[in-house]
Amino acid sequence: MLETSALACERGGLRLFSDLGFSVAPGGLLRVRGANGSGKTTLLRALAGLTRPAAGAVRWRGEPIGDGYRGEMLFLGHAPAIKDELSVLENLEFSASLAELKNSDCKIALQQMGISRLADLPARYLSQGQRKRAALARLALSAAVPLWLLDEPFAALDDEAIIGVSALCATHLAAGGMLVLTSHQDVPISCATTRDIELQ
Amino acid sequence: MNSELFRLAAPQAFFPVAGKMLPWFSFLAGALALAGLYVAFFVAPTDATQGEAYRIIFIHVPAAWMSMFIYVMMAGWAGFGLAMNTRLSGMMSSALAPTGAMFTFIALWTGALWGKPTWGTYWAWDARMTSELVLLFLYLGFIALKGAIQDPARADRAGAILALVGVVNVPIIYFSVQWWNTLHQGASVSLTRAPSMAAVMLLGMLLMALAAWMYSIAVALARLRRIILERERDAEWAKLQRSTA
Amino acid sequence: MTGFLTVLRRELRIALRRKGDALNVLVFFVVVASLFPLGVGPEPNQLRAMAAGVAWIAALLAALLSLARLFAADYADGTLEQMLVAPQPLAAVVLAKICAHWLLTGLPLALVAPLIGLQYGLPADALCVLLVSLLVGTPVLSLLGAAGAALTLGVRGGGALLGLLVLPLFVPVLVFGAGAVTASLIGINPAAHLSLLGAFLAVSLLVGPWASCAALRVALD
Repeated sequence: MLETSALACERGGLRLFSDLGFSVAPGGLLRVRGANGSGKTTLLRALAGLTRPAAGAVRWRGEPIGDGYRGEMLFLGHAPAIKDELSVLENLEFSASLAELKNSDCKIALQQMGISRLADLPARYLSQGQRKRAALARLALSAAVPLWLLDEPFAALDDEAIIGVSALCATHLAAGGMLVLTSHQDVPISCATTRDIELQ
Repeated sequence: MNSELFRLAAPQAFFPVAGKMLPWFSFLAGALALAGLYVAFFVAPTDATQGEAYRIIFIHVPAAWMSMFIYVMMAGWAGFGLAMNTRLSGMMSSALAPTGAMFTFIALWTGALWGKPTWGTYWAWDARMTSELVLLFLYLGFIALKGAIQDPARADRAGAILALVGVVNVPIIYFSVQWWNTLHQGASVSLTRAPSMAAVMLLGMLLMALAAWMYSIAVALARLRRIILERERDAEWAKLQRSTA
Repeated sequence: MTGFLTVLRRELRIALRRKGDALNVLVFFVVVASLFPLGVGPEPNQLRAMAAGVAWIAALLAALLSLARLFAADYADGTLEQMLVAPQPLAAVVLAKICAHWLLTGLPLALVAPLIGLQYGLPADALCVLLVSLLVGTPVLSLLGAAGAALTLGVRGGGALLGLLVLPLFVPVLVFGAGAVTASLIGINPAAHLSLLGAFLAVSLLVGPWASCAALRVALD
């Protein structure tokens, strides 16, 4: 269970949001909304432990987030973390082993994202959308990771990929996973407990 | 922990305190400097071997002391700020850095002026002068890094890391330069090894060192007040402060 | 350990596919060292006395050139972010990047340096000392330089600033490294210099990765 209490974040001395308190229980989906620059990405980065909150705390299983938390969380930011010099498969294998996930499932994950035929292509030849798909292939590997934090997962994706990704999310939630995402698009993800927060 | 101290660690609370302390330290700095200069120029005797030129050590030595001491202080504040996450500490290290760099520069400058009549050259690759030069580079790096990072909180933390790395390295750098100097047998005249330091000379040096201390504190406080106002410019109290000033 | 090996393998694989990067640094090193005689004249005794200093200064500059890119690409494409949120300890990841940097720049530099020494007329035993001093000293450049590279990440004017931050910290390496060669030239046993260089390497091994990790966390805050 992920909780925040009285969370506040600043960027360049400017207060983005303050006194933010919410919790995400197993099977729960939290959608973060707000205009450009309202602090959606900052909030997600704070939840991932990257940005230090100006006040308040993020808690995981009742404890302030620490080293153990990183093994139970998947964070995918704006940047796809794809290296041009490596092939699509090599990229995925690297991020999987960095995240201590099973390497052997990588090919299946690429298949699920519909890019298995690109597996051996150097990533520099990928289009923006294909790059995003390659990054999101991590989701297919991370079923056992309880908490997913996704920043704009649907940006640059075509309809087919959007359906694929939202299906992966729904499966994850149905299996008791937790999901926090920011999105401009209204993508339906079937989930029993969906909550929205709007950042001003 | 002492809650009063922690209350003062808030920039807003420290601002008026610094303002009250400022005139006292400025006054002390001026008085001590006058006394020290009086001793240096009118009481201390002319040196038998070096004549009047040696009197520059009354500036040089205190400046060299302060240059090293301020670096340690700066690193101390920076490290404290990094560990305890107090905003004031980072501002304190920012406030100290220019003063430290200035004293380092003065030590180098007076050293060069002193070197001309004694060694016949403005710059000799003496171990102390060379380490002082490296120290100046360390100060400049710290100031440049802090200036290059826009977000003040980030700048404080990055500066703190650099200062801590620097303070670990400073003794090693000093030692290595000393070592280098003995290998190459360069100029070995040392400024502080002035022949037969008389008690009155020591007194003058001590007065000047104390004056430098008080000056450093006064200037750091003044600079700190400016930094606080600048960083808290969006806070209500700071707006009020500026409108009354 | 898996994190260390994973990152090291990846860094080397990327470097293998962009051979130019590592090669350019090496060529830069040779070019800088070869220009000095053109500036100071070809007098053999003077060149012999300068050789160690020139080789070391050229090595510092070459290291600086390559350090600017140490984290930049990973920072830009989001890999660094993933390294920070990964369960693998960041110190292992950073140490792997530092190791890879040394393998790709420090080690080749050290191996090429005796050639420079030959150009400057160094005798055989001084060439050996130069090689050893670079082998022990260049890891320090990668370790402390990584901290500088992490501190200047995403900062405007990063390249020149990096030099200002790390070059003063390299003073002991320069003194002990070049000093070892000079000592052997004038008939002093260079062992003392080399042990001091080794001691400084040990200190850097503690300071460098710590500072790099802390600075990366700040840069990605």
